[in-house]
Amino acid sequence: MDGGTELSLSIAHIVQRLKGSHLHSQIERQAKDCLHQPEIKLESLKDDVRSFLKTSGWERKLQNAVYRELHVQLPRSHPTAPPEHLKEPLAYMRKAQASWEKRVLKSLNSMSTELEVPLARMRPAAEQKELANKWNEMGTDEPDLSRFRPVYAPKDFLEVLISLRNPNHDSSEDISARSHWGLIQVPLNVRDIPQLRQAYAELNLTTGQLGIDDHAHIRPDLFESEYVQVGKKVLAEQDSAAAQQYSRQGCPTGLRADLWALILNSTNQPQDVMHYEQLTAGVIQHDLLVDNLIYKDVKLTASNDDYYFVFEDFLYQVLLCFSRDTAVLDHFKYNSATPPKSYIQGKVGDEECAVVYPPNGVIPFHGFSMYVAPLCFLYNEPSKLYSVFREMYIRYFFRLHSISSSPSGIVSLCLQFERLLQTHLPQLFYHLREIGAQPLRIAFKWMVRGFSGYLSTDQLLLLWDRILGYDSLEVVAVLAAAVFAFRAENLMEVTSLASAEAVLADLSTLKVVPLIQIFLFATAI
Amino acid sequence: MSESGDEIKPVSCTIKPPVYLHIGETKTDPAHSGVCVVDVTLPFGKPVNVEEITFKNYYTAYLTVRLLRRSPGQEAPSKWSTALRDLPLMDNPHTEGGSQDYYSIHRTQMQVEPDNVTSVRLILRQPSAAWLTFSLEEIKIYPHTEPDPEKEVSDWLSDLTLVDNHPDLEGLPDPQTVSSSLQQMWALTEVMQSNQTTASIGRFDVDGCYDINLLSLT
Repeated sequence: MDGGTELSLSIAHIVQRLKGSHLHSQIERQAKDCLHQPEIKLESLKDDVRSFLKTSGWERKLQNAVYRELHVQLPRSHPTAPPEHLKEPLAYMRKAQASWEKRVLKSLNSMSTELEVPLARMRPAAEQKELANKWNEMGTDEPDLSRFRPVYAPKDFLEVLISLRNPNHDSSEDISARSHWGLIQVPLNVRDIPQLRQAYAELNLTTGQLGIDDHAHIRPDLFESEYVQVGKKVLAEQDSAAAQQYSRQGCPTGLRADLWALILNSTNQPQDVMHYEQLTAGVIQHDLLVDNLIYKDVKLTASNDDYYFVFEDFLYQVLLCFSRDTAVLDHFKYNSATPPKSYIQGKVGDEECAVVYPPNGVIPFHGFSMYVAPLCFLYNEPSKLYSVFREMYIRYFFRLHSISSSPSGIVSLCLQFERLLQTHLPQLFYHLREIGAQPLRIAFKWMVRGFSGYLSTDQLLLLWDRILGYDSLEVVAVLAAAVFAFRAENLMEVTSLASAEAVLADLSTLKVVPLIQIFLFATAI
Repeated sequence: MSESGDEIKPVSCTIKPPVYLHIGETKTDPAHSGVCVVDVTLPFGKPVNVEEITFKNYYTAYLTVRLLRRSPGQEAPSKWSTALRDLPLMDNPHTEGGSQDYYSIHRTQMQVEPDNVTSVRLILRQPSAAWLTFSLEEIKIYPHTEPDPEKEVSDWLSDLTLVDNHPDLEGLPDPQTVSSSLQQMWALTEVMQSNQTTASIGRFDVDGCYDINLLSLT
């Protein structure tokens, strides 16, 4: 297919998706209303309306909406490619994801049977009323969650990734130039430092960065003040693409909330608030087994964290609503995962009674709430917080817990981490391997959570600035390698996995931007 | 892909089993040379004008396409020519990118006109030692169809001439401009009315019921 046809198809897809959206009707209304204005002439109707929409800022809003669609667009593919190929092109990865999902579903089914708790049920009226009353303080509830256990933990998932094999891959050669010391054995294409230097050029040593050049000891007029002014201009222009580019050097704390919302094209208009309220109603009406898993996860992780325990109530609200949101099902077109299916009232096979469980198709695992927790520092209005979280999930976070060949997928990130370490710190990698402390076993839990809960919040937000700015999770793998590089001296001294874990247990004092910068731009190649 | 409304069926052809070239004489030590040849013969006696060749890759890194063409005429000899040389299917022969993707090669991408083709030879190369095997799957050849010739307008129609009406317009706007802008306004209202939305309703239950006992494992 030539470029012209591909472009037309893309345009047609985006038009189809934006048609009938709230933005569409708003622009129509604006166009209709502007006909009353004197400068709109009948002879040049089309052009005059167009220039009106431009000057009033509506064209920019449309641009942002199109830009957002480009982010969640299906990957370009051949017309004969079946839908499963769009989710994941490699057959053996699809198979591995399917069997992992089956395991998770079996586990959920047996939990439901053993505990005699239905997967979903309608709440009786009295219970609905009670929940509605204490909606804002669900944290005060102390339900008995001891019987519930998380469906899976990151380390279970790691074992699955380690066992991934390409049946067509020749791993018979013991001594080969490309022998890989790490745990991931699939030959995905991951970028090395020279390529990363080109891709992440804005992080180089000579470009100002927030996280380095806004340090208290450095005079603000050298970088910070002007950078903040540029940020304000970007917000005034309301341009998503400009905000994304800006975010590569970091977002100033005061502007970050608005900048992220702009990059994600996350609005908080009446229809968004209404949608959130509809989700709330969904939570109140039906009780799901996964709700207990969410409660348990929040209690075990965020509530125990010094930075995030204050947001406990918000986390319940956002995560419970998230699991009722059928709009999330859209992202399964490009996610290698498939939403679990069930039938109401036991009517198995009756497609009229087929439903998705949970309604958003995402089964939370241990640590899931940590995707939301850092956002609570930026947004204090639940519907806005929800909107931003949902967009971040369907663009980035879903890749951290599904098996795919995507360059931002967790498999690629793990492989990239191991390759970076083996290439640039071979002595360290060899030593850790010898003492039975495979680096990935330590770094995996950081990467699966995007470092949430391991870094201090301000540093985490600086990291997530770059994820948004570069539209990729690669920085997470780079940071993981950089942390090992930073603590290399101590790690060379240890003689067991436990002591290696101890050296890397506390990352809360780390400054991420200098670490990434030094690893990418100051490592000798 | 061809833009015509009718679905074009691929030509029925015989795809011979792939022949992997070996270095060395004996079969006991088949060193893989990383080259494989797949011959696709078209029905005997019916040369095809090729529009497009589609296939699904399986770990082939580079593809060369050679065509056996017979010039039209009873006794004309057939000649092999290269239509495409070393088209990269994988960005990096050692890694997964592009290894299982679907591709198509259109006649416009070929270096020679793929007309009167009797046989297609696909030469696959995979220089990397990382893979156990490589091939192409689902090879389909689509024939070129000529678009319908435009129907000729009868001569007598072209004899009719347009009579230009110049009515006496005093102070009135030009009828042509008014009608074109009215058309634009009408089109605008038409668009507003046909608001077909792709937005989903958002309900996850079936008529208010969402009682689930077990998840489906199939």
